[in-house]
Amino acid sequence: MKYKLGTLAVAGLMAASPVMADLVFPSLSYRTGPYAAGGIPFADGYADYFTLLNERDGGIGGETIRVPECETAYNTEKGVECYESTKGEGALVYQPLSTGITYQLIPKVTADDISMLTSGLGRTSAKDGNTFSHVFNFPANYWDGASVAVKHIMEQEGGDLSGKKIALVYHNSAYGKEPIRTLQELSEKHGFELKEVPVDHPGQEQKSQWLQIRRDKPDYVIMYGWGVMNQVAVQEAANIRFPMDKFIGIWWSGSENDVLAAGAKADGYKALTFHNVGSDYPLYDDLKTHVVDAGKAAGAGDQVGSVLYNRGIYAAMLVAEAARTAQEIHGVTDISSGQMRDGMEQLEITEEKMAALGLPDFGPEFSVSCENHGGEGFVAVTQWDATAKEWNLVSDFMQSDQDVIQPLIDEDASAYATENAIEGNC
Amino acid sequence: MFYREAGDFSTTYAEDQQTFPIKFDRYRYYVVLFVAIFVIPFMVNDYWVNSLFLPFLIYAIAAIGLNILVGYCGQVSLGTGGFMAVGAYACYKLMTAMPDVSMFIHILLAGVITAAVGALFGLPSLRIKGFYLAVATLAAQFFLVWLFNRVPWFYNYSASGQISAPERDTFGILITGPNTEAWATYMFCLIFTVFSALVARNLTRGSVGRKWMAIRDMDIAAEIIGVNPLRAKLTAFAVSSFFIGISGALFFSIYLGAVEVGEAFGIQKSFLVLFMIIIGGLGSIFGSFAGAAFLVLLPVLLKIVGVDWLGWPTDIVAHLQLVIVGGLIIIFLIAEPHGLAQLWRVAKEKLRLWPFPH
Repeated sequence: MKYKLGTLAVAGLMAASPVMADLVFPSLSYRTGPYAAGGIPFADGYADYFTLLNERDGGIGGETIRVPECETAYNTEKGVECYESTKGEGALVYQPLSTGITYQLIPKVTADDISMLTSGLGRTSAKDGNTFSHVFNFPANYWDGASVAVKHIMEQEGGDLSGKKIALVYHNSAYGKEPIRTLQELSEKHGFELKEVPVDHPGQEQKSQWLQIRRDKPDYVIMYGWGVMNQVAVQEAANIRFPMDKFIGIWWSGSENDVLAAGAKADGYKALTFHNVGSDYPLYDDLKTHVVDAGKAAGAGDQVGSVLYNRGIYAAMLVAEAARTAQEIHGVTDISSGQMRDGMEQLEITEEKMAALGLPDFGPEFSVSCENHGGEGFVAVTQWDATAKEWNLVSDFMQSDQDVIQPLIDEDASAYATENAIEGNC
Repeated sequence: MFYREAGDFSTTYAEDQQTFPIKFDRYRYYVVLFVAIFVIPFMVNDYWVNSLFLPFLIYAIAAIGLNILVGYCGQVSLGTGGFMAVGAYACYKLMTAMPDVSMFIHILLAGVITAAVGALFGLPSLRIKGFYLAVATLAAQFFLVWLFNRVPWFYNYSASGQISAPERDTFGILITGPNTEAWATYMFCLIFTVFSALVARNLTRGSVGRKWMAIRDMDIAAEIIGVNPLRAKLTAFAVSSFFIGISGALFFSIYLGAVEVGEAFGIQKSFLVLFMIIIGGLGSIFGSFAGAAFLVLLPVLLKIVGVDWLGWPTDIVAHLQLVIVGGLIIIFLIAEPHGLAQLWRVAKEKLRLWPFPH
């Protein structure tokens, strides 16, 4: 109990730190632990984009941007600690990059009037803005991913999936379990058989799962993995000589880290994405001059152009544009977190906007509304070229099966609304 | 000078048997309680409560529970995480099934349910000892986590397999959910922590605790002098699990609000609580508090010093933290195997002899 005195002293110093009039975008990153391989490039991209805005444009609308970083190690307890320690600094929006932390923060951000963006992760039914007022998951969510994966498989099979077997290898957590409902619905609709193969955290040991796949001989494997689980799965799939072009990962299972370890055997592995790949964009020239060559890159600065770095850039671009929108709506530059929420809700991403930012054709066009916080669900498929060591888009951005997904979202959101007595805000 | 028995006369048996027989000790205890109850609640904000006080109070309960089993009864357990999960899921099922009942009752019932489960998994302890028992409790840890992941009834068939605490109140004051006041959650946990510490302290001073210690020191000798090993071991498992269940229920409902069993109650939680009682001191209630404070506050302190003051990169600080905590555990095991409680005991002894040590 004596220790409390020390605690008081520490907390007193914390509270004494001044609050500056900046736009604050906290980065709940993870550069350590079993998921660091994915967390580092994303955090670097996120920080570098804001550094670029500060260096080149002097921030957003003349307001400088501050990105306080807090290490969560993909751990929910540390995530809560990070949230509590950064929210007092005037945080505008959170992007925790962890479904577990997202679930913790959904009620908290709503109560604190701060918005949260969970592009391609988190609680899928957050797309229903009527129920989830402060949570956004544009431009695509887990169920869009599952649906587009099945759509892609259907294209490969000539439009008919009856009698086919699809296995879902998933991270046995809230994240990995998300697509199961959708895939079950889709399997009824299209007549394929779904096999669920869970992999427990952190997923370094998957021999038995892949033995099961070898025995069941599914026609396709869809994977919802993250961190070290991905590279192990790709390696194991190579070991049992599973055809790589019939192995499709979600966007969290489609970065360079996941396939490089398996070498040439990973050639042809596919993954979904909701933004474009590569570094052939005008924005990267600016990044090079203002950030990388100026020695201001985050982390080791060696991630530029990788898939997850791009995702970090994209995530930062979306919230920066939302902040700009909020500034326009409210006519002030130093926006509050509540005004930021309005900006998020009226965000519109068009091709012209992206081209003006130096990211032409980087992601799908979409607009957010009060009812729809999740965009239109356009997803593309990428494929790994092991000789050139690069990911290539092999399909157009295609829309997910909204007839299947929308009822599921409505059902889940209304369950949440009754559970928490939410009346709806549209 | 201050800390001695001289001049402090007991005139009744009750006075002679009180928990803190030395006046200075007793007043110190009252002052700590006074500060905790009447000062801190008026000063805290969300950050202090959610980052420091709640985890400290909740882990202290878990450490007290594990200390009863490992420190007092000598039964090594690695199932703490699993038993905390039982408490959390029991609390979740109770609070969703009976929304109108007070949270106090739900948390206590969750403790009782965990006690039953703990006693069940304690049965093998009658036949196996030491490392083998540790492995048996490890099985409990993995089995329970698997069970809560596998059976949808436990998480009310939610799509993600997560459980999240709906808003509940006690005497009209919200204590779960996002809209709680910092002082309310703090006071709620404080009541349970003080209650647990009082019960544990008095149990371990009484006949039940003496039987546990007899079993710990030499079970055959204990049996010869008339201690029933079945009852002693099973009560230790039940009481220990009761406290661990309460801490699991608080951890889920008050502190985190949403929990995923594999992530929140995995094997690393069992080790964390075990480290707390090893660093704090086996067989000591104060040690449970000291160990919990040490392992909850140290990472936060290192983060504040490293990231906020010195401006080091977050990953370096996170790695450094692992190095420092690991190093301290080794140093403690070598230099002071009885933990922080022993340091405290030595300090008190020195104070007693001061200024004329022999």
